[in-house]
Parts: sequence; C-alpha cells; structure tokens
Amino acid sequence: MQTTLSQAGSPAIAASASSALGHARWPLTAAILLAVLALAWFVTVRQSVLFVIGIGMGGLLAGARFGFTTGWRRLIEARDASGVFAQIVLLAVAAAISIPLLAKFPGDLAAALGPPSISLLIGAFVFGITMQIADGCGSGTLYKAGLGIPLNMGVLPLFALGSFLGSVHLHGWLSLGAVAPVSLVRDWGAGGALAATFAGLAVFGLAAWVWSRKGGAAAPALWNRKLLLAGIGLALLAVANLVVAGQPWGVVYGFGLWAAKVATAAGVFDPAANAFWGQAGNLRTLDQSVFLDVTSITNIGIMAGALWIAARKPSSGKPLTGRQWAAVLVAGFLLGYSSRLAFGCNVGAMVSGISTGSLHGWIWVVLAFAGSLIGVRLRRRLGV
Amino acid sequence: MTASRTSAVLLFWAVLIVFFAWDWTHASPVNHRKEPAILAIGSGQAPSGGHCSAF
Repeated sequence: MQTTLSQAGSPAIAASASSALGHARWPLTAAILLAVLALAWFVTVRQSVLFVIGIGMGGLLAGARFGFTTGWRRLIEARDASGVFAQIVLLAVAAAISIPLLAKFPGDLAAALGPPSISLLIGAFVFGITMQIADGCGSGTLYKAGLGIPLNMGVLPLFALGSFLGSVHLHGWLSLGAVAPVSLVRDWGAGGALAATFAGLAVFGLAAWVWSRKGGAAAPALWNRKLLLAGIGLALLAVANLVVAGQPWGVVYGFGLWAAKVATAAGVFDPAANAFWGQAGNLRTLDQSVFLDVTSITNIGIMAGALWIAARKPSSGKPLTGRQWAAVLVAGFLLGYSSRLAFGCNVGAMVSGISTGSLHGWIWVVLAFAGSLIGVRLRRRLGV
Repeated sequence: MTASRTSAVLLFWAVLIVFFAWDWTHASPVNHRKEPAILAIGSGQAPSGGHCSAF
C-alpha cells in the first residue's frame, strides 16, 4: 500500500504548486519578521538573534540541499566526494575561527565536549546506520521537515521522543565506561589544536579523494560550488552561534527538551528523580519557555528558513509503502536515542565537536561513517 | 504539491505552533531583568544553556 502523502505527483502539479507557493512567500516573510520582533520584545534580543541565525542555517541547508547524510551516501555509493569535501571545508573554516576564540575567551565561550565512552561508540555507530534509513541527521531532519517532506515530518516527533529517552537513560550507558572529555584547546593551546584539527581533516580529505578516484575517469568532480559556498556559509553561522550563545551549534538537546516537557506535563516523568534532567541547569531549562533555550530557538529557525525556501522551490520525495514507513519511523526513534548516547548528531558532535577541539567529535565521525556503510545497504534493501 | 501534502504541512506547523503556545502559557514568565548580553563573547557570563554534548 502506498500513501499519497509523499509526493507532488507530476511535473504539471509540481509547477502549479510552485506557483501557488510562490505567492505564499511574502506572507511567510512577514510572519517570520513578526516572529523575530516578537522574540526580541517578549523573550530576549539574544534569542531573536539566534532565531535569525537559525533561519540562515535553514535557508542554506535547504537552498543548497546541503545534507550530511546525503554527502556520505554519495561518497559510499557513487564515489562522489563533493558533499564530503564541502563538509570538510565547513569544519576547517569553523575550526579556524572557533578554536582561537575559545582559547582567548575561555570564560565566555564553551566547547562541545563529550566524554569518550562506550556510550559514544555505540551511539555514533547506530546513528550512522539509522541516519541513512531515516534520510537525515539532526539538521537534515529539521530542514527537510521544514521543506514539508512527509518522511522527515513523520520522523521528527519520534526523533524527539528517542532523544528524550536517550537522555533519561544516559547515565546508565555512561556507567559502562567513560573517561573525562578531552579538549584539544585546553591541552594543546590554540596552535596545537588547530594543527591537529587541520591534520585530521587532511587525512579525511585524502581518504575521500582516494575512494572517489577508484571510480576511474568517470569519477564525479571533487568540488561542487553550491555545496562549497553553503558549507562556508554554515561554518560562519556556526561561529556566529558560538559568539552569540556562548556555546556551539546543537540540535538534539532541543528535541529531547520538547519531549521532556510533554512527558513532565503528562505526569509520566519526574525530572527531579533523573540523573540528567535533575541537574540544576536542565531543571531550569524545563521550567522556562522553549523560546529561551538556545538549541530550540535555532531548531525553530532552521525549520522556518527551510519553509521559506520551500515557498519558492517545492521539494519532492517518493511515496513509501506501509513497511517502509514503519522502518523509517523506527529508525527515527533510534536516531534520537543514539544521538544522546553519542553526545550529539552530525551538528552537535561532528561540526561542533571537531570545530571546538573535542576528541569525541573525531571518534563520532569514524563510528558514524562505519554505521553508514551498513545503513546505505539497509536503505537499499528497504527501498527507502 | 498535492492537496494531501499541503494538508500535512499545515498540520505539522499547526501542531508545532500549538505546542509552543501551550509551552509559553505553562512556562515560568521571562525575567527581563536577567536578560543576557546580546553577545556572549566578552560578556563575562559563563554559558549556561543545554547542549547535545552535555551529560
């Protein structure tokens, strides 16, 4: 059985929809501007600025179809390294600015430091598998949901539920074995951290180049201008996020927070009795509006930015069978759960971890890519 | 875009907006006296927000 939710059926319908949505762009622009002003007036100016940063992120992700998941899949399946090279440039630009700032302002700015642990190994590996099946990582799910792609709109609530439950169980997973987070900036200074980061990225780039050249003369070009520019833009916005919020760009904490609020209000969860949510900072965040939460506000901005793009450039997606939907939704739940075990997704662990000198970001990439090698095969078998 | 897909998009955003409105009415009021600096950098304030790497 195929659902009719998924796709603009024909070019004619899509063209008609494009025209109709084009008319929605001005009201949408007005609504977004109103939201920016309302946040500045009723919440805080900082949160309003972060919302604008999120809109920029969503616009770039959706406008360029900058997918971390797709980039990896294209490298694995088609030996097309252009997406991965754009990601490496993103990481290099973000690190080149963030690491010196973190060294100069250690009291004002924080790195994304997760602990190397059994939890990280398992979480990143499972995340790598499931992001291919659910066709999106943290940022990918957000911007594709904002674009109105049914698969990702369906995945989002389960991602949030998984993220919440992962955080609830996090301390149990950490008891399996963990060491303290390793900060390259703290241990080696800005110069050493930058040198190590660039060397690591060069190794990744070389490995991707070697793999892509195995395709022979027909191998796709290494550089895609659109993806490259989007990667640089995202790096600058990630730095802006750090400078404004004092902490790096993140996605999954916000998802878990939303589900935690619902569970708490429903009386099925007592945050004070939980090792993670019972911490003073998390209890305070639970008590406040989500509009005051840094990751939530950029998440909302990303969806709004993608929606704005969708008004001009409607997206497509193929219809899914009931079995495929079930597989995708289970993957979406595991995506959220594993992202908390791994201390972030492609954004919180990879982009923010690596660009702020956290060892856990490097471990995350290796394990998540290994998981993606399996994930692309499962995806093919499921026909998603 | 088909009508069913447009409906799905509208439903998605409606659920989100209802959630945000519910949250706004049930959360503690914003204390504007404690508003953070627009830029954290150079503010002298330690970051206190939640992050995915937190444990």
